[in-house]
Amino acid sequence: MKEFLEGSKAIAEIVKLCKPGVISAYPITPQTHIVEGLAQIVADGKLNAQFVNVESEHSAASTVLGSVACGVRSYTATSSQGLFYMAEVLYNIAGMRLPVIMTTAARAISAPINIWNDHQDVVSLRDSGWIQFHAEDIQEAVDLHLIAYRLGEDKSIMLPVMVCIDGFVLTHGVENVNMPSQEEVDKFLPPYNAPYKLDVTNPMTLGPLVDPDFYTETRFALNETHREALELIPKIILEFFKVFGRNYNGLIEGYQIKDAERVIVAMGSVCGTIKEVVDELRKKGKKVGLLKITSLRPFPVAHIYEALKNIPKVAVIDRALSLGSFAPLAGEIRAVFFGKPKKPKIISSFIVGLGGRDITKESIKEIFRLLTGKEKQGEFIDLKPELLRESYE
Amino acid sequence: MFGPLVCKPGSSRNNKTGPWRTGLRPKFLKKDCIACNMCLIVCPETCITGQGKNTYDFDPDFCKGCGNCAAVCPKKDIEMVKEGDA
Repeated sequence: MKEFLEGSKAIAEIVKLCKPGVISAYPITPQTHIVEGLAQIVADGKLNAQFVNVESEHSAASTVLGSVACGVRSYTATSSQGLFYMAEVLYNIAGMRLPVIMTTAARAISAPINIWNDHQDVVSLRDSGWIQFHAEDIQEAVDLHLIAYRLGEDKSIMLPVMVCIDGFVLTHGVENVNMPSQEEVDKFLPPYNAPYKLDVTNPMTLGPLVDPDFYTETRFALNETHREALELIPKIILEFFKVFGRNYNGLIEGYQIKDAERVIVAMGSVCGTIKEVVDELRKKGKKVGLLKITSLRPFPVAHIYEALKNIPKVAVIDRALSLGSFAPLAGEIRAVFFGKPKKPKIISSFIVGLGGRDITKESIKEIFRLLTGKEKQGEFIDLKPELLRESYE
Repeated sequence: MFGPLVCKPGSSRNNKTGPWRTGLRPKFLKKDCIACNMCLIVCPETCITGQGKNTYDFDPDFCKGCGNCAAVCPKKDIEMVKEGDA
């Protein structure tokens, strides 16, 4: 049913339909509305779940680690500093192979403190072993939560999944959302049946000390599972389409890309703006396009290669930095083409929209303009040079 | 794919970690012991056993030679000696 919903409300509703048994979270802007919504749903008796109030994100992550380890479907959500405070536990959740599902309202990190949207928090956690999806709009955010539970809880995968949605833009934005019914969700998402769990009648140990004789194999297996997830995601997406009638690629999405001469690669809500600019420029006869990365982890290397190998000029938009090195997404997109027979002539890298600075249609047009010139390396768009000084005085 | 992750509990008994010992080991003199149980309580490896005066001793398969038992003994009835000394 179509409903006019705030992003956070829509996510709270879809999590309710997934029927988690334990929810634990600590409020942080801009994630707050999601867990407020869920707390209300649980308090109203509409969801038979335990909502565990905790004193920190570290405890929230530890709580859902424990509940999934006991075989109960669980959910948490956080943002920015909260995500970093969880970080230690997040690596453990992945290492213990526990399918926790988390929404991350992507936000800038301190210092200076900034509550607005960029991707520095989530991108910094890319090596945690979590599967990481990036949503473009609220509908996709809602659907990715269903896909996340199906994928993470698959017995061959058993990995946590982070659904990254842009803070404020999607958490507080309002959109017409097609909300599925409980019957549809039940058809797509069976109850969680843990292949292993903490059980007093059959005791086991999770996350024990592993010495050099065994550690490498645990990491190798994690890495291989990400590869296996790459193959499973399209199959789950196909089943999703059969039940809900909405089609996604799940890994990447090409927009006006077939005959394009200039393509922007991006993640998250900015893709909506780029699509509008692409439509405008296409009307003027400019051959431009967009490649949206939905799955940052696992990183769909072969799919990206196929999509971009014949594109002459590619621009990669990063809303995060790897300070002192290449921008994170740009570095990975370039690595896709290393040693390959076909590759774009130019792969330019642009930094844009940090700490909630608007990425306007003008910003996107500027990137397309700059793409006609020489290759750019980590070029900042919409930078205000007048604010920069050489000394502290 | 899964690695060697899920273990049966209680495996620490199978891994005899005594060889990690520092080079010193406790020597229970068994002369003035009053069975106060302090050595048994403070042992971080819980590898001291005993019941009644002058019966306490340690398990060399797990003792790390930390010396807590010797330090806590009120009757100085435990000595730390070099490995190999009687």
